[in-house]
Amino acid sequence: MEEGRRAVNILQTERLTKYFGDTHAVDHVDFTVTEGEVLALIGSNGAGKTTLVNLVSGLIPADSGKILFQGTDITSASIHKKIELGIARSFQLVNLFDRLTALDNVALAIFSRDGKTRKLLSLAESDPAVRDEAQGIMQSFGLASKAAMVAGGLSQGERKLLDVAVAYALRPRLLFLDEPTSGVSTREKAPIMDIITSIVRSGRITAVIIEHDMDVVFTYCPRIVAMHQGAILADGTPDEIRRNEQVTANLLGTQSHA
Amino acid sequence: MSPLAGPPRRVIAWAIPLVIALAVLPFAAPPYQTVLLSYGLVFAIAALGFNLLLGYTGLLSFGHSAYFGVGAYAVAFVVKYLKLESMEAFLLAGVLASAFVAALFGVLCVRYTKIFFGILTLALSQVLWSLAFKFFWVTGGTDGLRVPTPTLLGGTVKMTAAGGQDKLGFLSHRYYYYVLAVFVICVAVMWVIVHSPFGKALQAIRDNETRAEFVGVQVWHYRWVAFLISGIYTGLAGALWVPLNGLTTPDILYWQFSGKIVFFTVLGGFQTFFGPIIGAVIYNYLETYAVGHTVYWQMVLGVVLVVLVLALPAGIVGTAMRLMPRWRRAAAP
Amino acid sequence: MDTLLIHILNSLLYASVMFLIAGGLSLIYGVMRIVNLAHGNLYAFGAYVTAWAIGAVLGDAPRASVALYALLPVGALAAGALGAVLEPTLLRPLYKRAEEYQLLITFGLLLILEDLMRLIWGPYPLSISALYEALGSLHIGESIYPTYNLVVIVVGAAAAAGIWAFVYRTQFGVVLRATSQNMRMASALGVNVNRVYVQAFSIGCFMAGLAGAVVVPQQGAVLGMGVDALILAFVVVVIGGLGSLEGALVGAVLVGAVRELGITFFPEIELAVLYLMAAVVLLIRPAGLFGRA
Repeated sequence: MEEGRRAVNILQTERLTKYFGDTHAVDHVDFTVTEGEVLALIGSNGAGKTTLVNLVSGLIPADSGKILFQGTDITSASIHKKIELGIARSFQLVNLFDRLTALDNVALAIFSRDGKTRKLLSLAESDPAVRDEAQGIMQSFGLASKAAMVAGGLSQGERKLLDVAVAYALRPRLLFLDEPTSGVSTREKAPIMDIITSIVRSGRITAVIIEHDMDVVFTYCPRIVAMHQGAILADGTPDEIRRNEQVTANLLGTQSHA
Repeated sequence: MSPLAGPPRRVIAWAIPLVIALAVLPFAAPPYQTVLLSYGLVFAIAALGFNLLLGYTGLLSFGHSAYFGVGAYAVAFVVKYLKLESMEAFLLAGVLASAFVAALFGVLCVRYTKIFFGILTLALSQVLWSLAFKFFWVTGGTDGLRVPTPTLLGGTVKMTAAGGQDKLGFLSHRYYYYVLAVFVICVAVMWVIVHSPFGKALQAIRDNETRAEFVGVQVWHYRWVAFLISGIYTGLAGALWVPLNGLTTPDILYWQFSGKIVFFTVLGGFQTFFGPIIGAVIYNYLETYAVGHTVYWQMVLGVVLVVLVLALPAGIVGTAMRLMPRWRRAAAP
Repeated sequence: MDTLLIHILNSLLYASVMFLIAGGLSLIYGVMRIVNLAHGNLYAFGAYVTAWAIGAVLGDAPRASVALYALLPVGALAAGALGAVLEPTLLRPLYKRAEEYQLLITFGLLLILEDLMRLIWGPYPLSISALYEALGSLHIGESIYPTYNLVVIVVGAAAAAGIWAFVYRTQFGVVLRATSQNMRMASALGVNVNRVYVQAFSIGCFMAGLAGAVVVPQQGAVLGMGVDALILAFVVVVIGGLGSLEGALVGAVLVGAVRELGITFFPEIELAVLYLMAAVVLLIRPAGLFGRA
């Protein structure tokens, strides 16, 4: 991970805050992400990881603070705007278009990205460029054989991958992955992470991965940010995090070997 | 909805004989039957429009009588105020008027889903209905407005031909073919729309509104456009309906008519493309032949609707597709 | 001055009835997250049952005994009972399915009830105006005002207080609120959710039926009153927020006031003014004044 003196922070939050009632779900967080890195966001349930991602991606509005994307203030930008700028996300509880085929799920993201969803008088099938790209993405994700299956009929592991594939199809610059291996058997996790990291690297995508499985985190993420009670507790390499007493104390018991 | 590259061979296999049958009907059946089927085709166009919202976008409207009625009354106004008798003028008026109303109502309605959407559409159509009564000097109140038989194709096809005025003959031949042609065009256009990238976006919104938003589809906008197209189709149907009926009355703005549209769409199967069409045509026959047998037609509809929801949610076409193995492969679950 | 008082009383009268209907709708939604499109028909059903029961006892007598008022609640009880039958048979099977199906089935129910009432009671309105007149009228300044109208207002206020007490001061109310906030949690804590649902639904239907029962001496029972009531209840609920009893109260009072103003100055556009109000509220505050998203 390079940290050049003038490295552009692809993402930077300044005192970002979100309350739910009286609780600080995210408490004046300053969070920076360097372009091109792959980092893990860890913490026990309720630590604020998902809320942070929800704030940045635009699912919920912030109560105070700023979000800067490549220097531009996107704090109050719409979801649509954020996607246009190049932010995409996958979901912990799989969010797919269950009655469309797997291929259509990915193709839709491509159509949308290219502004083609306005077209209502031409058949979707008659756009070979989109179809080919969608099939290519399915291939990279190892889902080519399931392209014609309806998304609701895929296995959990396949659905998790498809969820990421749909976000990836938007060709984002910054990709948030919310627990991409949750609910998946242990032996399926590594293949999924291998695919994700290789795609992210070859696409030069900056990736922020929320994860509970520490094996996955230590293996795949050169930088780890630990959150606790809405604030960042620690930020460093896997070794640094492993040696950090506060982290081990607070995250003890969240090591999942599902 | 099955993913298809153009209409599959299966569809064409039965579509062609069907179109032929439809084309020769006026020569094979009594005029009454042809006119009856015309009504069916008109309702089918309304059902197609309605189902763009329900089956493809996931929005259940209880107020589609508004657009049908607006289309019909637009025609009546064109006759009353502009003294025009051209069917093309009728269609244009119907489309423009229903587009305007749908655009307006859509802005309010598509911000909501499900319950609020449903009741809001119902309420708005009731407002129109009450306006039709209140402004009786414009709309003719309960008596309605008469509409004479129009001329077709820019005045070239008229009711008076060799042999004098023959309204039934006109309706069962020339007007029937006109309706049939418009019907076929409507079906083709809607087919393209639902299989277009736009159509996929609508289905995505139906399946998962949040993810659609996160894929860059601005849900509100797309719903509004779907609402607009849906309203136009239904308004077009209303415009086609008036010459058949000869008269337009506030009844077609009333919520019961909206209920019929919901009913025959669900009867045919709102999760398929052709279901609503079949449902509309079948319903038309049911209503015509059964209405004489019982005054409590509404109760029959209600009971059938309840049974459909509990036992046969896929409707006639949807259930048929599931029962026939070779069709099951083509049908998406 | 007395005209003003009469206007206020009229608005409160309307508000009373609307609160009962809309409150029932909101209660059901608050607990079960469903909207019964046939809710207005339960109001109509309450009206018909009461009119029929009292009419049967009244016979052709020109004057009614005030004692007959004791029979009024019959409509409310009938509506509540009907609700208790409908929920487990028609609604429960659909909780796990897409919401469209709930709307479709309750719409089917609306159609059935409309014709059922016509089947049982015929196409002509049922009237028990003799009962309405039995209470006479009182003088408000120079004008006369039917005493019965005040009864309706009192009933509405009592119902509001009663429902409030029920929801916030009883054991069952606690269970109701818990279930409405988190059904799974309540279930995990041992609450019989099915029973809570059928009870909540019956109460909501009872309220609608009570509105019908209470209004029928003044207005009679007529076909089509159900759908009209549904739409008006919807206007109240839009303004007050779906799922909120306070909202239903505030919404009902506002709607009553605006309607009274509307009729006085612009009788032609009465309904339109209400819809306009609803539209404005929807545009500014989609969840209503008190609503939960």
